[in-house]
Amino acid sequence: MRVELVSPESVLFSGECSQVVTRTVDGDVAFLDNHAPFIGALGIGETQLWADDGVIALAINGGFVEVSGNAVTILSDDALARADIDMEAAQADLDEADSALSADNDDDKAALAKKWAATRLQVGSAK
Amino acid sequence: MAGGQERILRRRITSIEATKKITRAMELIAASRIVKAQARVSAAKPYSEKVTAVIANLAGGGAGVDHPLLKEAEVVSNIAYVVVAADRGLCGGYNGNVLRMVERAIAEDKQRGIGYKLILTGKKATSYFSFREFDIHASFAGFSDKPNYSDAKEVAQLVSALFDSGEVQEVRLAYTKFISMGSQQADLVQFMPLQANDLGSDAASESAGGYEFEPEPAEILDSLLPRYAEARLYAALLEGSASEHAARQRAMKAATDNAEDLKTNLTRIMNRARQDSITTEIMEIVSGAEAMGDSSSIIIDDLISETLESPFEGISTIANGA
Repeated sequence: MRVELVSPESVLFSGECSQVVTRTVDGDVAFLDNHAPFIGALGIGETQLWADDGVIALAINGGFVEVSGNAVTILSDDALARADIDMEAAQADLDEADSALSADNDDDKAALAKKWAATRLQVGSAK
Repeated sequence: MAGGQERILRRRITSIEATKKITRAMELIAASRIVKAQARVSAAKPYSEKVTAVIANLAGGGAGVDHPLLKEAEVVSNIAYVVVAADRGLCGGYNGNVLRMVERAIAEDKQRGIGYKLILTGKKATSYFSFREFDIHASFAGFSDKPNYSDAKEVAQLVSALFDSGEVQEVRLAYTKFISMGSQQADLVQFMPLQANDLGSDAASESAGGYEFEPEPAEILDSLLPRYAEARLYAALLEGSASEHAARQRAMKAATDNAEDLKTNLTRIMNRARQDSITTEIMEIVSGAEAMGDSSSIIIDDLISETLESPFEGISTIANGA
């Protein structure tokens, strides 16, 4: 099926994939060929594009996915390919979010920042 | 004296040459930036197209027809204007066209008793409206050259907050459409609430229904609409920047050509002034010599023939001799 990963500033990926795994706000979903039409809001998590020349893993921070007519479109403001992840920055963000959370356990913003940092670390470290 | 005039002209020519170098450089820089700006406009297109398509599908599936962003207000008492202008001038009518268009629209609203809120991007917009003592709600600057998505996001969030709070019932977007290299047009469009035809109702009816949603359609729409606003604003900022560069390139080309013309004209005038002064001096000497009688006319004849061979040296010789 045809897959496009689009950010506001450019098209990040466009090509054929056998499978797409992503995470909506409600949980992980996987799309295979000829999936039923679907629209979902993306959460913070790892997205995998099973392209012909291997699996492309990305860390995605919010966005949308639309499936229709055997094409998957992922719209994301914040998508990082494994190679583009700055591990040190992610670690620093994680530490910062952790300290903010220890000061105020209900800090939603810090909780999201922590999740995003953790996702980047997870995607970046997996080989 | 004629010599003084010649010196003044020479100085003016030098200064025009310097100006020409600057305008020429600005022209070339603008020309190179148009291409980049255009590339950014087209790179941003897929995202806004897809977002629009998804909203159309959602709306087609019956979600969120009651959403305030999709519903025209019954009574409009305040309109917000989002103005996209440049940070710098020297770009012909680019800023003026947009700013005057907004000023006119505000004046029309005023007659109908509708208030305004101004959200300005670009230093020129801020200085234009603050000079005319308009009430400015917010102003942004520093990115008209090369806007980023995060800039658009910042502006869009402010506008959305204003719209959500109910302070304004309508938001209009004033920017310069990039039609082609040679043609850009100031345009005032409704930004919020979103209009049905912006969403391409054809696409919706064609693929309406049959979708699975995760989470609920209304919830998706809630987070999708702000993004649509951001993407739309981003597109306007990008088109504005491409138009700005194109307008600047044209303005600077005209300035360069004009400098060239001025230089040619002034050089001609300067040469004429120089020749005039030479002619006058010769005339003075000849008539002076004739008045003195025959004896000296022979010497003058010699001098004149010398002058014709090498006019400049001749002049000083005659002047000294006289």
